[in-house]
Amino acid sequence: MRALVWHGKEDIRCDSVSDPQIEHPRDAIIKVTSCAICGSDLHLFHNFIPAMLPGDIMGHETMGEVVEVGSGVDGRLAVGDRVVIPFTITCGECDQCRAGNFSVCQRSNRNKALADKAFGHATAGLFGYTHLTGGYPGGQAEYLRVPFADTTHIKVPDGIPDEKLLFLSDILPTGWQAAVQAEIEPTDTVAIWGCGPVGQMAIRSAVLLGAERVVAIDRLPERLDMAEAGGAIPINFETESVIDRLNDLTGGEGPHKCIDATGLESHVSAAQPDTLIDRMKQMIGLETDRPHVLREMIYVCRPAGVLSIPGVYAGIDDGIPMGMLMNKGLTVRTGQTHVARWSDDLLRRIEDGQIDPSFVITHKARLEDGPDMYRVFRDKQDGCVKVFLQP
Amino acid sequence: MSLANLSRIARAEGDPKVLQTGRSSLPTADRVARSLGWFSIALGLTELFAPGAIARTLGLDGRKGLVRAYGAREIGAGVVSLSTERSLGLWSRVAGDALDLATLAPALGRDNPKRRAAALAFTLVAGVALIDVVAAGSATAVHARAPNRRRNYRDRSGFPQGVAAARGAAAALRAHDDLATARRLPAGSEAKAPAVG
Ligand SMILES: NC(=O)c1ccc[n+]([C@@H]2O[C@H](COP(=O)([O-])OP(=O)(O)OC[C@H]3O[C@@H](n4cnc5c(N)ncnc54)[C@H](O)[C@@H]3O)[C@@H](O)[C@H]2O)c1
Ligand SMILES: [Zn+2]
Ligand SMILES: [Zn+2]
Repeated sequence: MRALVWHGKEDIRCDSVSDPQIEHPRDAIIKVTSCAICGSDLHLFHNFIPAMLPGDIMGHETMGEVVEVGSGVDGRLAVGDRVVIPFTITCGECDQCRAGNFSVCQRSNRNKALADKAFGHATAGLFGYTHLTGGYPGGQAEYLRVPFADTTHIKVPDGIPDEKLLFLSDILPTGWQAAVQAEIEPTDTVAIWGCGPVGQMAIRSAVLLGAERVVAIDRLPERLDMAEAGGAIPINFETESVIDRLNDLTGGEGPHKCIDATGLESHVSAAQPDTLIDRMKQMIGLETDRPHVLREMIYVCRPAGVLSIPGVYAGIDDGIPMGMLMNKGLTVRTGQTHVARWSDDLLRRIEDGQIDPSFVITHKARLEDGPDMYRVFRDKQDGCVKVFLQP
Repeated sequence: MSLANLSRIARAEGDPKVLQTGRSSLPTADRVARSLGWFSIALGLTELFAPGAIARTLGLDGRKGLVRAYGAREIGAGVVSLSTERSLGLWSRVAGDALDLATLAPALGRDNPKRRAAALAFTLVAGVALIDVVAAGSATAVHARAPNRRRNYRDRSGFPQGVAAARGAAAALRAHDDLATARRLPAGSEAKAPAVG
């Protein structure tokens, strides 16, 4: 089959690879009908997340049709079923899965010993991600082996196009969880850093959850337009002062809730000198991330507010003002998304016409064109917000 | 044996193997940037650790400190050229080339017994400068955002019933309810399930 394969920093190729096979009784094989490129894939593309190896198949936003099931799938999944695959692999049986903390499933990470060393305690297996999360081959491919397939799937009905359903795999529940864990009250101003696909979903979620005002921060005009279309007040951080604008909008008190949908690759510019220092440290391995957004959120958030962080961080971050965070009594919530916690509810909202996540797709291409699309998405060329790929 | 196959030792037996490799996401301009980056680092290390030999050859005796400083500069430019900030790295190489040429120019004078070596070095640096300018220009162009082709997303609300109807439509859901909406997973059969995927 063909698959998008990581060969090194910024080097992704559409290779011919051998087909996946059932390896365990709870496996299933999916024939992929659609997949997408995520902002997290860009962190891997740039080799900012440690423990990628040449030959790793990319992709964690995937849907398709079941073509084979293992003997242990127990009728919970059958050949021919149409499924979206959550990016977090969940056993469904461990203490964390039972508590709904699916992204920290205790059994799905097949490199548990390595992950225990790196993180203190292992987290769930993820598709198309680092070997610290199991190094499972991903779904930017024609076929995907789904481990723990009896619990790692979202059955979806026929009659709704892939475009509306695919994002149940990651960015829709990610934006949703970011907003839900911000505990939005009807009087809240919610500020969201980053208007990429995750930020866009977080904006829609905050609007649905009833925030009084949603403010969206980015520098790319087309993304800010899209944010505004979803009901947000845009701030362009290249032409305006984020701190001044947020304080102006809130009578000087600051936003109640802050969401970081940017992550470790905050834009580098002389206007934000801390990002220059972070970038330099990153190049010589003294720091893994550029946490400008974290610093800005801690500074501007209203005391006793909540910081919700879906943005991915890889490791070590310098210059985090803990004194400010502590004295202001801020609450921090973060994590890879517990996709399965939200699937049923979000699928119903799509079916009911409350939200249609396909609005974010700006580019459709064939899987073979994947390598070029990584570049277009990374360089934000041609107004690219989200790439939708079909084999 | 390619790296992709070598890395199989860290992978599960059944994982798909690379059979044939396709076109890369790395454009030519980026490959050139990488070569220049490594070149910069190699040259920089030489200048840093053998400044005497270089200064003597070019008739720049007594300027070992300067050669060392230039070596550090080359290494810096090399590291940046290898990063995603490659355009900055390459343009800083161009500036460095200009500095090198300015430093070499006085050594071309008749009073320098090594002027032939200096002239050769001057020609080489001028050639490299030309390559650097072309490389920096194309790396900048490949990654540029075309400013005038802005698409219009003002109609992409994502709410089939409009923004006004969407506001607060899900307000009943609160964080403490989240587990109530969690998918009810069937109680497991731990005994037969494998511990790894
Ligand atoms: N927690 C999860 O489970 C999960 C799931 C999916 C994605 N993510 C993460 O979410 C983040 C965003 O993903 P995406 O797909 O939207 O990526 P993206 O790269 O398309 O979007 C990031 C956006 O942030 C903007 N930005 C950069 N610096 C900024 C700053 N200083 N202030 C405000 N905005 C800034 C960029 O212009 C860009 O539009 C990534 O870190 C990704 O890894 C997390
Ligand atoms: Zn993702
Ligand atoms: Zn589990």
